Amino acid sequence: MNPTMKSLGLTAALSLAAVPALAQEKLKVGLLLTLSGPSAVLGQQARDGFQLAVKEMGGKLGGRDVEVIVVDDELKPDVAVTKVKGLIERDKVDFVVGPIFSNVAVAVHKPIVDAQTFYISVNAGPSNLAGKSCNPYFFATSYQNDQNHEVLGKVAQDRGYKKVYLLAPNYQAGKDALAGFKRHYKGEIVEESYVPLNNLDFQSELAKIASMKPDAIFTFMPGGMGVNLVKQYRAAGLADRIPFLSAFTVDESTLPAQQDAAIGMLGGSNWAPNLDTPQNKKFVTAYEAAYNSVPGSYSMHAYDAAQMIDTALKATGGKMDNKDAVRAALKKADFKSLRGDFKIGANGFPVQDFYLVKAAKRPDGKFQTEIVEKVFDDYVDAYAKECAATN
Amino acid sequence: MSPIAETRPVAITGQRRRVEWLPVILFGAFVLAPVFAAFSGAEGYVLSLLTRVMIFGIAAMSLDLILGYGALVSFGHAAFLGIGGYAVGILAAHGVEDALVQVPVALAASALFGLVTGAISLRTKGVYFIMITLAFGQMLYFLATSLASYGGDDGMTLAARSLVAGLPLLKGDFALYWVCFVCLLGTYVLARSIVASRFGRVLRGSRENATRMEAIGFHPFRYQLVAYMISGMMAGLAGCLLANQAEFISPAFMTWQRSGELIFMVVLGGLGSLHGAVLGAAAFLLLEEFLPEILHMLGFMLSTDMQARLVENWKMVFGPLLILIVLFARGGIMGMLGGRHE
Amino acid sequence: MTATLFLVQALNGLQFGLILFLIAAGLTLVFGVMDFINLAHGVQYMVGAYLAAAFTAWTGNFGLALLLALPSALAFGLLLEVLIFRHLYDRDHLDQVLATFGVILFLNQGVKFVWGAAPLNVPVPEILSGSIEIADGLLYPVYRLAIIAAGLAVAALLYGLVSHTRVGMLVRAGASNAPMVAALGVNIKRLFMIVFGFGAMLAGFAGAMVAPILSVEPGMGDNILILAFVVIVIGGIGSIRGAFLAAILVGLVDTVGRSFAPNLLRLVLDPANASQTGRAIAPMLIYIFMAAILFFRPAGLFPAKR
Repeated sequence: MNPTMKSLGLTAALSLAAVPALAQEKLKVGLLLTLSGPSAVLGQQARDGFQLAVKEMGGKLGGRDVEVIVVDDELKPDVAVTKVKGLIERDKVDFVVGPIFSNVAVAVHKPIVDAQTFYISVNAGPSNLAGKSCNPYFFATSYQNDQNHEVLGKVAQDRGYKKVYLLAPNYQAGKDALAGFKRHYKGEIVEESYVPLNNLDFQSELAKIASMKPDAIFTFMPGGMGVNLVKQYRAAGLADRIPFLSAFTVDESTLPAQQDAAIGMLGGSNWAPNLDTPQNKKFVTAYEAAYNSVPGSYSMHAYDAAQMIDTALKATGGKMDNKDAVRAALKKADFKSLRGDFKIGANGFPVQDFYLVKAAKRPDGKFQTEIVEKVFDDYVDAYAKECAATN
Repeated sequence: MSPIAETRPVAITGQRRRVEWLPVILFGAFVLAPVFAAFSGAEGYVLSLLTRVMIFGIAAMSLDLILGYGALVSFGHAAFLGIGGYAVGILAAHGVEDALVQVPVALAASALFGLVTGAISLRTKGVYFIMITLAFGQMLYFLATSLASYGGDDGMTLAARSLVAGLPLLKGDFALYWVCFVCLLGTYVLARSIVASRFGRVLRGSRENATRMEAIGFHPFRYQLVAYMISGMMAGLAGCLLANQAEFISPAFMTWQRSGELIFMVVLGGLGSLHGAVLGAAAFLLLEEFLPEILHMLGFMLSTDMQARLVENWKMVFGPLLILIVLFARGGIMGMLGGRHE
Repeated sequence: MTATLFLVQALNGLQFGLILFLIAAGLTLVFGVMDFINLAHGVQYMVGAYLAAAFTAWTGNFGLALLLALPSALAFGLLLEVLIFRHLYDRDHLDQVLATFGVILFLNQGVKFVWGAAPLNVPVPEILSGSIEIADGLLYPVYRLAIIAAGLAVAALLYGLVSHTRVGMLVRAGASNAPMVAALGVNIKRLFMIVFGFGAMLAGFAGAMVAPILSVEPGMGDNILILAFVVIVIGGIGSIRGAFLAAILVGLVDTVGRSFAPNLLRLVLDPANASQTGRAIAPMLIYIFMAAILFFRPAGLFPAKR
């Protein structure tokens, strides 16, 4: 494996001279991920997952030597737009894989698909890309953003919780999360509480929760916010009294910081490290050996994205010139996904199973999420029907 | 009219003559760049990068107008970028796609926001001014994140670039490049003539000694307020262009970090020369874009693993670079070129 | 119920305010006495948290880690002072802003380089890990009370130091007229070092104290830095008393306002509109508050005489 960076580009753009048409036969994949700032750990997981797959396939995808170009989007949408133009026009990448965040995904969507380049999301699944703005060049190996929330809504409904308290950061993804939860939950919502983005302290919300005594709470608190909330929820003594349902709050990226405080807390996911398939066992072992941390779904999606490119190119004999043939092969997704049951739906998003997962401590002292039960089987996202599928 | 204000300060004119070649070279480079871009094989990328440089050049220059000449450190200047961007985005969402409507609306909105916040902010001085402009910038930022119908926090993709008189003139990257160039040149000429005018001299005088200006019959407050509004309108124009360049708007355009970056561009380029701010914007954006690759090349003797680590941590080089520039190159890039003329 | 809830929120506001005060105190002194804008103050808070995390992992004891983290934070602050900040004192504010921003970039990436991008965990010390019931069903964590107590103790200590010791007298004199203090033969360089080191240690202490309840991650100092600036500007630059009052006010406005703004708006708007508007206004509250204070008192609540 050779994590080659875009060294040629500098000379090209500074001198404004032509890029030498070097190594034409190399397949180029641009990884656009958030690698700086507080959320960098998510981007790192995705990068490592992708590169692990490439390494295991001998530095080749679909039989062609591959050059992986890693770019940091800095979580700034307009910076990402310029960088993605660089990937497409300067580096001439065949695939753009990424990003982590929906706002970046929405911003770079137009330049990528306008250039007729294949775009595979490894995490972000904003509703408009699944619905109205779906595009034949866009695929996701992850999920539509709402789906993990829907899992918890279904669980809350099935378990007969009468009163649920909802808590989310005050931004679009937060509102979408609560909307997703409510799609299947029909009981009473005692409070919809919004905190500022990057909120540090949840004491005032915890005080409200304690006084309202709901049957459960549902929350979406990604990254550092989730670490804070879980630790404070445990410290306030609520963890043993009021079930904690969440999405993107307790996962492998936050568990190293939450540790014991998170044990037993519930989440929704399309996968967990302990999912019992042979490929998955091999993947988790290899990932832990290579990067010394437990993989999260971000790395699983990226690993699958590499497999998806690999099989598509094998089907076309390594050729990229017939885009329709590549697309058809990508759609077929004829590979063994780490999550087992996996298909690509009409809008380019996966049709897959969803599980209720629980944070647990492994015998070796590390923390991971583990599957409790399957909640949805071959689940299609709610926006797929809005997609006027050309796909 | 006071006779004092009518007198041209000789020293300034004399010094300015000496560095007049710099803006010529700068704008000449912008004129020639697209020609080379066509040969680079990555035309759209090079153009989009340089277009961004020019857009942030306009924004930084607008800030220099009040910062370099009026010593008004606005820490909420990115708000105007946001106003310009959202004027384009919101109007486009309601079917008004013509720049001939969008730009005047953006300028009027920027002027209004400048008038209201400027009138309050200018009551304070120094750091208090910095912080109160930050406060207004933050309020607008949070307002934008709450606009759920315009994408909220995620922002919103524009269906297409703005039309001009009903024609899709901005569609191509070259066209947009030239429009940005004309805007940059236009605002530069405008700002230069403002600075050289009686108005500009009063503004500078108020920076040096507000009491004295008052004593000779000027109201610094009014001059500063008008300058603040003009500066805001220029940044609003830059916002319109940025929305068209990225074909996307988002609250990320107006975070306080972005306002900070604008200040850094101005200081990096050198205060109080206008074209220095454009140079600063160019240096900042090009470093941000290419430092990882420069490091990659410098690290050629290291193992690929170490090289990747070095590239990933490019900010650990960027930070000390900024410190060194401050410590050893007084007056920013203009200072290094010996052209700081105030 | 509303009354006890209000009490809890007020406690939360107090605790948040005290953390803000620990950071703002150093910032306002450095600014007031040395006329030096130190944006890197926020990363000193972050470094304090990381040091606490590292020492806790090493010793297995939070109290011991705290004892080790304090002198380390002090030493680190002094190192920065000698290497970089010392050369910036006679520069204008913008140069200082630019250079200290460089320090932020470096250290934010630096902690990631050393400790990795994932947030670190610091367990709450065993003896402080419980919670006490202040009203029916309302639990309040003991550790939070410990933060309040520590914050108040430091505030009292600072008050004593600044108003009743010789160094404190020099600091106060420096805040109102630094050149005059230098002219009177005081070793101003040493005074600056003391003030700076002390400020860095306070910020580091705040970081170490919050490490068990907040996520220790790169960039954690950036947003708190802006709030600390809000605090010192409201309080009046150079004024410890102003910083204390402003920190508590900001803490209360943020915490109490956030949970009660929608309720108050419900009096004048229908519920759906009220919660929508409340959501939009809540994050702006602090800034509206600051703008209002500065509108009526353009130099803050307790302006130091210049």
